[in-house]
Amino acid sequence: MSETMPKTTPILQTIGLEKRFGGILAAQNVNLAVEPGARHALIGPNGAGKTTVINLLTGVLRPTAGRIELEGRDITSLLPHQRVRLGMARTFQINQLFLDLTPLESIGLVVSERLGSGADWWRLVGTKSAVTDEIVEIVERFRLADVMHERTAILPYGKQRLLEIALAFACRPRVLLLDEPAAGVPEAERHELLATIEALPKDVTVLLIEHDMDLVFSFAERISVLVNGALFVDGAPDEVARDPRVKAVYLGEELDA
Amino acid sequence: MTVSADEVALYLKRRARWSPFEIAFWIFAFATIWLFPGKYLILKDTAILALFALSLDLILGYAGIISLGQAAFFGFAGYFAGLVAKYGIINEPVIALVCSGLITAALGFVTSFLVLRGSDLTRLMVTLGVSLMLGELANRYSNITGGADGLQGVEIEPVLGRFRFDLFGHNGYVYCLIVLFICFVIARRIVYSPFGLSLRSIKGNTLRAAAIGVPVKWRLVAIYTVSAGLAGIAGALLTQTTAFCSLDVFSLERSADLLLVLIIGGTGYLYGGLIGAVIYKFLQDWLANLTPQYWQFWIGLVLVVIVLIGRERMAGWVRIVRSLLVRLGTWLMPRLPALGGAAPDGR
Repeated sequence: MSETMPKTTPILQTIGLEKRFGGILAAQNVNLAVEPGARHALIGPNGAGKTTVINLLTGVLRPTAGRIELEGRDITSLLPHQRVRLGMARTFQINQLFLDLTPLESIGLVVSERLGSGADWWRLVGTKSAVTDEIVEIVERFRLADVMHERTAILPYGKQRLLEIALAFACRPRVLLLDEPAAGVPEAERHELLATIEALPKDVTVLLIEHDMDLVFSFAERISVLVNGALFVDGAPDEVARDPRVKAVYLGEELDA
Repeated sequence: MTVSADEVALYLKRRARWSPFEIAFWIFAFATIWLFPGKYLILKDTAILALFALSLDLILGYAGIISLGQAAFFGFAGYFAGLVAKYGIINEPVIALVCSGLITAALGFVTSFLVLRGSDLTRLMVTLGVSLMLGELANRYSNITGGADGLQGVEIEPVLGRFRFDLFGHNGYVYCLIVLFICFVIARRIVYSPFGLSLRSIKGNTLRAAAIGVPVKWRLVAIYTVSAGLAGIAGALLTQTTAFCSLDVFSLERSADLLLVLIIGGTGYLYGGLIGAVIYKFLQDWLANLTPQYWQFWIGLVLVVIVLIGRERMAGWVRIVRSLLVRLGTWLMPRLPALGGAAPDGR
């Protein structure tokens, strides 16, 4: 047994995580381990508790029991913005953008906050070259250059979705949680979005929460299936696809077809 | 499509550039000193109201904090400035003004923790409550404040030891206008800074602001403190230029008028408070001359009309007038674009 390859410590780990809403157990004994640099997907039928888990991970909700560790550090009791500072950022299933700001201003805001000039009240926006250089990089990576000075409210939905990820990415997280990034994006704009997600740097660990099976199976190297608030199956994509129990509860029709 | 850092910097800074409209606004503001020599008293009151409204716009228009209690800071600083002058503690008006602003900012900092809890309605009630309490304290300790008779016997020394407040109000108006301008420049600097951007993000989407690492609570505390300081400076200006202070500085009407001013002028672009104050004061003056008894009826009517028509539509008209002015300006002065190519970015 000692011959097996050294086990890497997970970058993000939950231990016996539980969330109870009154009499309802939305998450029970969830032991999720995300390896550094992983492309990990969390799937499950509607109401399985995916959103609860992501809200627990990011600190929007407090667990009833259990622990969350980021790089071995217990973050269970930290506030959302403190978790961001420690290197975990998320996107939202329903866009949470700054509609009156331009993509340039929104990204500039995130970069300023991270580089510690968010409280500068006398310097004008855009006068610090460390900030503007980084904005350029992010604007190009997320293909927002052609709309960067439009008001966010009037951007096409696909671009808004890209900006949603760009804002989380601009926090320079080591763990990026993508909550249904492709939800509602029209076919014509999908390719751009998926290509951008594919091209995320390998040193950023990605946990993808998704409904879209094409995206999950083309992207993820490891899949965890959540059913009724509990982890059901956890493994490589082909294992998960072959697992008869998964077929039965969830994937059945789609994979048989 | 590639972008350069210079281009990004340019786009980000573009908003902060002084537009021809703004330059014209301030030139006109200072020109009033010579244009309307008989109107110094109302002009001075307008400048003070404008500064006061600016303080509310910073929290309402940029951070989304609604308040019915700005009068608390206005009144507190009004009495502070009156008392330090009366007892000769600080004689030089400019120093007294700065001190009033700082001590009121400190009061704003302390009360911010009460105010920033809860929703809009809670905030309205808490801010209102704080100003009622201060007003009642001023009434109770009439041995210090003069109570219902007001603070008597305030004597204000000449500004910088040279400019005495004269009977016609000339120096008083110039003093208020300069203070307004300086405070405006500071406020303008704040809203175009990364700090100001974070405030707009909090107003736009608090949930996301926290999710990208903005310490929401501390940013709101900071701007509330600054806003209290500016309101305090406005209150101190009133006491200094009238050499008097009475309990009505704390009145609910004073806070409510401020909201009216911002409804007239609009929020979130800094000039709303200034333009609103000018319209409100001169409308009030004009109507009071026409119908001394019923002017409030007409003010009420104007408000109802404004809200019914909707500011969006009025902003559209303003934009048309503004672009006409800009075009007229560029036609008159072919060299102007080089100075402010700026062209207001259409909002």
